[in-house]
Amino acid sequence: MYAQMIKTASNGIKPREEMSEEERAFQDKIDNDIKIEPRDWMPEDYRRTLIRQIGQHAHSEVVGQLPEGNWITRAPTLERKAILLAKVQDEAGHGLYLYSAAETLGVSRDELIELLHEGKMKYSSIFNYPTLNWADIGAVGWLVDGAAIVNQVALQRTSYGPYSRAMIRICKEESFHARQGYDAIRAMAFGTPEQKRQAQDALNRLWFPALMMFGPSDAESTHSEQSMAWKIKVKSNDELRQQFVDQTIPQIEYLKLDLPDPNIKWNEERGHYDFSEPDWPEFFNVIKGNGPCNVDRMKDRVAAWDDGEWVRDGLLAHARKKAARKVAAE
Amino acid sequence: MTRDEALFEFLLRMGDNTLILGHRVSEWCGHSPVLEEDIALANTALDMIGQTQLWLGLAGEVEGKGRTADNLAFLRDAWDFRNVLMVELPNGDFGQTLMRQFLYDAWSFVMTDWLKGSADERIAAIAEKAHKEVTYHLERSGDTVIGLGDGTEESHRRMQAALDYLYPYCGEMFEKDKADELLAEAGIAPDPAELRAEYDDIVGRVLAEATLAIPGGDYVHKGGRNGRMHTEHLGHLLTSMQWLQRAYPGAAW
Ligand SMILES: [Fe+2]
Ligand SMILES: [Fe+2]
Ligand SMILES: [Fe+2]
Repeated sequence: MYAQMIKTASNGIKPREEMSEEERAFQDKIDNDIKIEPRDWMPEDYRRTLIRQIGQHAHSEVVGQLPEGNWITRAPTLERKAILLAKVQDEAGHGLYLYSAAETLGVSRDELIELLHEGKMKYSSIFNYPTLNWADIGAVGWLVDGAAIVNQVALQRTSYGPYSRAMIRICKEESFHARQGYDAIRAMAFGTPEQKRQAQDALNRLWFPALMMFGPSDAESTHSEQSMAWKIKVKSNDELRQQFVDQTIPQIEYLKLDLPDPNIKWNEERGHYDFSEPDWPEFFNVIKGNGPCNVDRMKDRVAAWDDGEWVRDGLLAHARKKAARKVAAE
Repeated sequence: MTRDEALFEFLLRMGDNTLILGHRVSEWCGHSPVLEEDIALANTALDMIGQTQLWLGLAGEVEGKGRTADNLAFLRDAWDFRNVLMVELPNGDFGQTLMRQFLYDAWSFVMTDWLKGSADERIAAIAEKAHKEVTYHLERSGDTVIGLGDGTEESHRRMQAALDYLYPYCGEMFEKDKADELLAEAGIAPDPAELRAEYDDIVGRVLAEATLAIPGGDYVHKGGRNGRMHTEHLGHLLTSMQWLQRAYPGAAW
């Protein structure tokens, strides 16, 4: 998801009898669905895990501007351009809410950005894939925001109050993102043969990367248990992935596009669609920095930050002068 | 030149300014100095594209040949564009982008303020909506120009350089030709030169607070708003902006 493979900052779950008084009270709150708030006592590992998760989520919103920004200047109509601008503006806004949520845990936005630029924090693997034709913009809204919604709806129930509230706010905007994406790819799927070809190409290329957004299969994800007990994670990777697949296949069929995976088949017994696992070695490669766009994305972000330093310094200096003048005048 | 021909020309000028500047601003997406600016720039671009839809939509209507706003935006070649040269210039650094935005916003503010009282109700209605947006843009770009002009030594130097570069392009916004005369007589649009005093007042106040000096010399770069001679930059901008419509003619998006 926007937060993938978050390493939980602890080794397994502590049995109740080994917990301190504070830890027990903390766990009781969580078990009773009482939100944890910034001033409440919390285990250090809980705090550190949340910073990783919320920070990665925030970075994803910010880096996620790039693949969509890649097409803003080439949007085919004024209407599509306006919609895409509105969407990308929302994503930057999501980044802001999330950095603010992380700040309540005692880490500043600048510190998190620095960690990202030093390669010590990550963003979602999906944004390391390129957007190559206009249908990709439709597919990103439909599949990528669609997958994000599945995850984020679950996270509305997460135990940390500020994170949960940020998710509720964000989810309201995400449904517009998914709808505009589906609408854009629908126009192409029902358009000229060339447009249809672009729509199919986008679906084929982005399908498996979208499935990877949920992270490795449950059997492989070693850090989930404690995060689930803390309700930082609410559903397992495989559960969420299945939910996404189940909701998306009928949408593909409606578009009359070919399914992107020959193994997709309704399984009567399970009551779910069967599908192929993504190419996990590819996923781990992307996570390690070897995806098609990792280097370019970071280069862009670091350059934006470095080139903007004089602006941030200038505005800060002005604010200080202004404050000093005000004091002097009083 | 008939009244409608003049009106068409005027509406292209309005719509092409917002289209081309909106496009330039949108190039910043994901690359600005701080997240708040990414949001603000996307918002500014979005407003300008929205204004473009209205101005060019009305232009197509007035022309009466069945052209839509999209047809006008995506299927004209450079010599048919009527934007002022300033908006098609490359972005430069963030300071140059914001200085241009300010120099444009101040004009757009005065212009839409006048147009709210246009004898043509369709124009008055568009201006009413645009003026609210532009008021906010001007406040923001003006504040940023002040902040960076009166910031650090480096930010001051960069803002002065941006002003020196851009100021000779401002005069074009106040040029007048036959179309302007016709519309001014009919109370539909102002005589552009009439807007200059209020413009100078706004710009003068902000630049003074920004501790920036208005460059001397009165040379004016022009040729965009009458289509006589655009810069080399416009063709490149159109190449990317119009790519899909040109590559797949007749497709619906
Ligand atoms: Fe988002
Ligand atoms: Fe998103
Ligand atoms: Fe989104």
